[in-house]
Amino acid sequence: MRYSIFSLARNALNYHQDWPKAWRSPDPKPAYDAIIIGGGGHGLATAYYLAKEHGMTNVAVLEKGWLGGGNTGRNTTIVRSNYELDGNALFYEKALLLWEGLSQDLNYNVMFSPRGVLNLMHTDGAVDAAQRRGNAMRLNGIDAEWWTPEMIKSRVPLIEIDNGGHFPIMGGLMQPRAGTARHDAVAWGYARGADMRGVDIIQNCEVTGIDVDNGRVTGVQTTRGAIRSKKVGLAVAGHTSQVAAMAGLRLPIESHVLQAMVSEPLKPCLDTVITSGVAHMYISQSDKGELVFGGDLDFYNSYAQRGNFPCIEHVVASILYLFPTFSRLRLMRSWGGIMDMSMDGSPIIGKTPIDGLYLNGGWCYGGFKATPGSGWVFAHTMAEDRPHELNELFTLDRFHKGYVIDERGAGPIPGAH
Amino acid sequence: MFNIKCPWCGNRAETEYTYKGDAAIRRPNPETASDEEWLDQIYLRDNPSENHDELWQHSSGCRQFIKVRRNMKSHKILRTGTPDESFPEDAT
Amino acid sequence: MSPQPLHQSHRRTAGGHINRNHPLSFTFNGQTLQGYEGDTLASALLANGVHLIARSFKYHRPRGIMGSGIEDSSGLVQLETGGKSEPDLQATRIELYDGLVASSQNCWPSVKYDINVINMAFSRLMPAGFYYKTFMWPKKLWMTYEHVIRKAAGMGLAPTERDPDHYAHRYQHCDVLIAGGGPAGIAAALAAGRAGARVILANAEPDFGGMLLAQKTEIDGKPALEWVKSAIAELSTMVDVTLLPRTTVTAYYDHNMLILSEQVTDHRPPGSDHLPRQRLWQVRAKEVVLATGSLERPIVFANNDRPGVMLTSAVQTFANRYGVLAGRRAVIFTNNNSSYAAAVDLADAGVEIQAIVDVRAQVPDHLRARVKAKGIGILADHAVIGVSGTSSVNAVTVSPINEAGDQLSGEEREILCDLVCMSGGWTPSVHLMSQSKGKLRYDETLTAFVPDQSFQNERSAGACNGDFDLGRCLSGGFNAGADAAAKTGFVAAGAAEFSCPPEDDLALQAIWSVPHGHHDHGKQFVDFQEDVTADGVALAFRENYISVEHLKRYTTLGMGTDQGRTSNVNGLAIMAGLRGLDIPAVGTTTFRPPFSPLTLGTITGPETGEHFIPVRRSAMHGAHADMGATFVRAGQWLRPQYYQHPGESMWGAIYRETKHVREKVGMVDVSTLGKIDLQGKDAAEFLNRLYINGFKKLEIGKCRYGVMLREDGIVFDDGTVTRIAENHYLITTTTVHAGPVLQHMEYMAQVEWPELDLNMISVTEEWAAIAVAGPRSRDLLGKIFDDIDVSAEACPFMAFRQGTIGGAPARLFRISFSGELAYEINVPADYGHDVWTHIMKIGQQFDIAPYGTEAMGILRIEKGHVVGGELNGRTTANDLGFGGMMSSAKDFIGKRATNREGLQDPNRVQLVGLVPVDGKTRIPRGGRIVDNPDLPTPIPLQGEVTSFCYSPNLGHPIGLALIERGRERMGETTYALAPLNNQKVEVRITHPVFIDPEGERLRA
Repeated sequence: MRYSIFSLARNALNYHQDWPKAWRSPDPKPAYDAIIIGGGGHGLATAYYLAKEHGMTNVAVLEKGWLGGGNTGRNTTIVRSNYELDGNALFYEKALLLWEGLSQDLNYNVMFSPRGVLNLMHTDGAVDAAQRRGNAMRLNGIDAEWWTPEMIKSRVPLIEIDNGGHFPIMGGLMQPRAGTARHDAVAWGYARGADMRGVDIIQNCEVTGIDVDNGRVTGVQTTRGAIRSKKVGLAVAGHTSQVAAMAGLRLPIESHVLQAMVSEPLKPCLDTVITSGVAHMYISQSDKGELVFGGDLDFYNSYAQRGNFPCIEHVVASILYLFPTFSRLRLMRSWGGIMDMSMDGSPIIGKTPIDGLYLNGGWCYGGFKATPGSGWVFAHTMAEDRPHELNELFTLDRFHKGYVIDERGAGPIPGAH
Repeated sequence: MFNIKCPWCGNRAETEYTYKGDAAIRRPNPETASDEEWLDQIYLRDNPSENHDELWQHSSGCRQFIKVRRNMKSHKILRTGTPDESFPEDAT
Repeated sequence: MSPQPLHQSHRRTAGGHINRNHPLSFTFNGQTLQGYEGDTLASALLANGVHLIARSFKYHRPRGIMGSGIEDSSGLVQLETGGKSEPDLQATRIELYDGLVASSQNCWPSVKYDINVINMAFSRLMPAGFYYKTFMWPKKLWMTYEHVIRKAAGMGLAPTERDPDHYAHRYQHCDVLIAGGGPAGIAAALAAGRAGARVILANAEPDFGGMLLAQKTEIDGKPALEWVKSAIAELSTMVDVTLLPRTTVTAYYDHNMLILSEQVTDHRPPGSDHLPRQRLWQVRAKEVVLATGSLERPIVFANNDRPGVMLTSAVQTFANRYGVLAGRRAVIFTNNNSSYAAAVDLADAGVEIQAIVDVRAQVPDHLRARVKAKGIGILADHAVIGVSGTSSVNAVTVSPINEAGDQLSGEEREILCDLVCMSGGWTPSVHLMSQSKGKLRYDETLTAFVPDQSFQNERSAGACNGDFDLGRCLSGGFNAGADAAAKTGFVAAGAAEFSCPPEDDLALQAIWSVPHGHHDHGKQFVDFQEDVTADGVALAFRENYISVEHLKRYTTLGMGTDQGRTSNVNGLAIMAGLRGLDIPAVGTTTFRPPFSPLTLGTITGPETGEHFIPVRRSAMHGAHADMGATFVRAGQWLRPQYYQHPGESMWGAIYRETKHVREKVGMVDVSTLGKIDLQGKDAAEFLNRLYINGFKKLEIGKCRYGVMLREDGIVFDDGTVTRIAENHYLITTTTVHAGPVLQHMEYMAQVEWPELDLNMISVTEEWAAIAVAGPRSRDLLGKIFDDIDVSAEACPFMAFRQGTIGGAPARLFRISFSGELAYEINVPADYGHDVWTHIMKIGQQFDIAPYGTEAMGILRIEKGHVVGGELNGRTTANDLGFGGMMSSAKDFIGKRATNREGLQDPNRVQLVGLVPVDGKTRIPRGGRIVDNPDLPTPIPLQGEVTSFCYSPNLGHPIGLALIERGRERMGETTYALAPLNNQKVEVRITHPVFIDPEGERLRA
């Protein structure tokens, strides 16, 4: 059933008894044309685009737990394409272009809100670097503006510009088309869209082995039986190393914990997304009214999906440095997730040394915003057995070959990206 | 917040330390290692989801690197020692 | 102010633990009312007969007070205005103080006549998750829809003025931390305290006693509160016991570190400004006892959210603890035995109980008899199926119900009342246990999740452990405290001995939602704050959002400020029923910190404003300030940026300083650069492995420039190495990499090469460092040192000498960053200020001028020296022009990786200089190098401008850039584009060293 105000009104008459399931709960078949391991935003988007763009509908998405339970289950939801380097810039822009029409495409309101993302700069060096990036964006055809402190204060009345001269805001790089989106909606929208096109989304199905014969993939072993396929794509952020190890692969990834926080709901007081370099944090206000914010990693490997208090102290201190009037507001909930940090801060999307086995992972901070773009190029990669131009630089072997894509310039220290 | 036992200074809070990473990473012998081996050491990681032997530096204390065996899911610290100390498989 | 007592219509004439001698005046929604010391805002409002407190989040339904403490989810208010304003506060947790001002939130123009009541009319169009299904067309209107949604959403108002209060942090270690000061917690504290352990007992409420404050019961033959009083008195005498009232244990982190939030001044009258408003305690406890109690659960029936529908225990608490009657004619709706004692208390307080509506068929005889003696009738096998009244209650509809609780039968009838007390069971507060990674299990009898397996050093006692019997709370608490103390080495004599009147078990019969009656009797709320109804849960089920995590996110059940305290279990139980599963099979969502909302200012403590990032000052800071320097933050450091003369502009000063260095002599404070002292027999070998160039043959008394790579072949840092003695070296680093380079060196020395005989330490702060640069510098320094011969022969370029200045030890390095004849002087930091002023004084005869970071920046660009913009973490030695420095004879860090295809790629960017073709246009900041600017986007980029300035020494703008194949393109023109500033400049590619490329000046 198509979602619209009309179907909402019609169903209201009957007390909403007739809404169909958003997706089926099928049993796994013995074989598929393609298997995607991982039912998060990326895996579901891949399945959707395999069906929609490549006509591949005999596809299964295998999810260990409940679909959308990874980063789409809890997220600070920033969407942007303000990257500098070749490889990243046009890829994330593709994702943003897909975001812009996604609700209509999926017929599911993902609440994409282009309210802008403003990166604040507090030192000359940071201004230089930000302008280098902004100019690259413009030359790549991506929107970017330089905002003066006056413009910033006018848009963000509650922000503190000067702070007694200590690291005052010197200006900011604004991407007006960037913004936020509703994290669970994008997973659910892709799930419904893929399911409608015939994709089997199989929850509570954990992959326990990947079958490889003579350098080719032949299928997977799961807690719900063996499933054959000649194409298997990994999209299991948070467990990429473990699942890849099932095929004998060792990856340039370290899994860290990233925490994020949310305040109690408030009437609108912040209508754009703010990030800051010196005060390492990002903050926005959700449609429900909560301030949603986060900052750095805790900086140690973890699969615990929780961090510790020093990180929260740093992030909150950073928030109050820029927004001193938020001091009496209260932290309602904090959470943590597993973030796969790659050795250059950029993702890995492409083929592996094993034929028919494709890898999508190592997303660092970039995962949520990339969701549509990642699914789109990963579907292409799986369907055509070769990367699209937009992900051709995100190879697994770029590290050994010396073609890393390192926005931060931090080198082979995953936690530093 | 982790309570990490520095072999020299005793139990100290996480905030006194700086995390380094996998303790198994060692620079190969430049004379004998192949390029593949060399780059594997720089870039590839086991990234285990259970116990992890890792190095931390007691940067606000004695400045020594220490080895810690910590469980990645529970954060329980099973053992600490010097970087060259070998931890038996079931060390707690 | 001691006002005339105003009439409080619902205040009992006697009773309650309030201080009737201390009336307080407060204002709610502009109306002035009166309460007493000891009231909460909620109890005072109810005492005045005010039931309508708020409008609900989504449907804007009228709401009142439902609970008496933290379990209340609807009675949220905005407290105060201005800088002390606070949104989203529970009226039940605000201690009343004189002059308090509060108002309803999320309603306009008033809570009584809220314009958004229109949402109720449209509520059928707004089921759970409706926004996912609509607002998509037309696409361009989404931002408009969203604007309206955002204005309607949210609840209270964020303050727009600064917080006038300050906050403090405390750190504490203890043997036993006890969370919760009710009977179990107090008993635990007695046990642990008597054993001699160091104990912290934290209680969220101002008064100890927990549920004992609300009930009338006995301990050891005395009123329970007397026991509490004497226990607290005993604990107060124990030197190792810390009692923390008004302190919530709100988070449980790894390795038994817990976060406590203490309210210090919120309840006090003004005049307490010297105290922090709140304190954050970070407590490392060896053992923890969780005695956090339990919360009563609502029942899900139609219109159960009306003001006047409350939890039975809350009504009992208002009556017994606050002396307030929440209503005069009550109906009690229950599924368990705990409501019966409450019924007796309410009857004694003067409430007319119209009936106890009990879903169970059997009520224990003695309970039946006890309430009958108070004139209260029981309707067994019945349920309340609806409530009449909108802003208050005026009647309920009841109906017989079957044992399974899913079918109504027989006649519906109405009972007039103004108060409904509901009791759906009790939910132990297991949040902290779960945060600590403990495991829960589902208890069928209690229909609740209770602690099962601890992971950290904690144990639960009392109601939070599923023990609701007072005697068991006390003995369980005592044993828990004794066990905790024993594990820390403190053993008490004596066992738990408490005698309490016998209590009934709950004998609970679950009813997760009451069926609808013959007529649609309205919405049945599960989550009051998020406006989630039983129908919403059913809709989630119907659409296949059946996992408890999907249920939560789709309906927003449990996502409000109460985090599902009174709704999670009811919601997942309804879903379990729909799915035909047992409740434990559906599971729970994750318990996350904080347990209750935690003020951001409290989390931050004192690290606000100028204390956010610590300030580091060099030893000469005072001298710079005296000379009129303008300072800039370089990382944590404050450095002089320029020294402006009166009447001079900023750039005027900077250009003057820059020229002055090349024409005469200048002086700059370079103390912030990293300095590492390295000693040992293998120091030279170590340096050889760290740097790309060789150091084995560096002679004593000589300096050498060095470049360090990361292991992946990318340039990490550069600096100078000086050999002070046979096995003694001093290394300098850039300011920003001082820490990372030291850590890198320590790692290599300790972990990779422990066989090397080495020691190193940072001496950045131990030595003040001054650079003296310019053609006159030699002559000047000839008059500074007591004993160093600075002639060209005795002190050649890159020489190192030691001596004294006015008796102070001094080190002299003939090194140059500016490219002029220059020297760097180090003296122990304590002498820095005096030596700086001394050199300035002697330097007057040579017309010395101080210069700052801006002039230093221009000087180094003129010489093509690389700093941050060039050392961007992506450039190799070869990219930057140091390829020739890489030794082929030895291994060094980064050598192997340099051979990778990508790092040898001929198309890599290379460091070059830029000048504007027209000789005068500035090289644009952040400019990108583009050969063909007229192509459509995306335009291929050939590189980036990394540094830019106007060179007063050359008389035209210059820049440095990284350009693909740069060195092959010398003399070519291209464009530097900066679309952010609408700049496009035609530039010529030049050698990066603009002045004295042969280095004659610095070798003079």
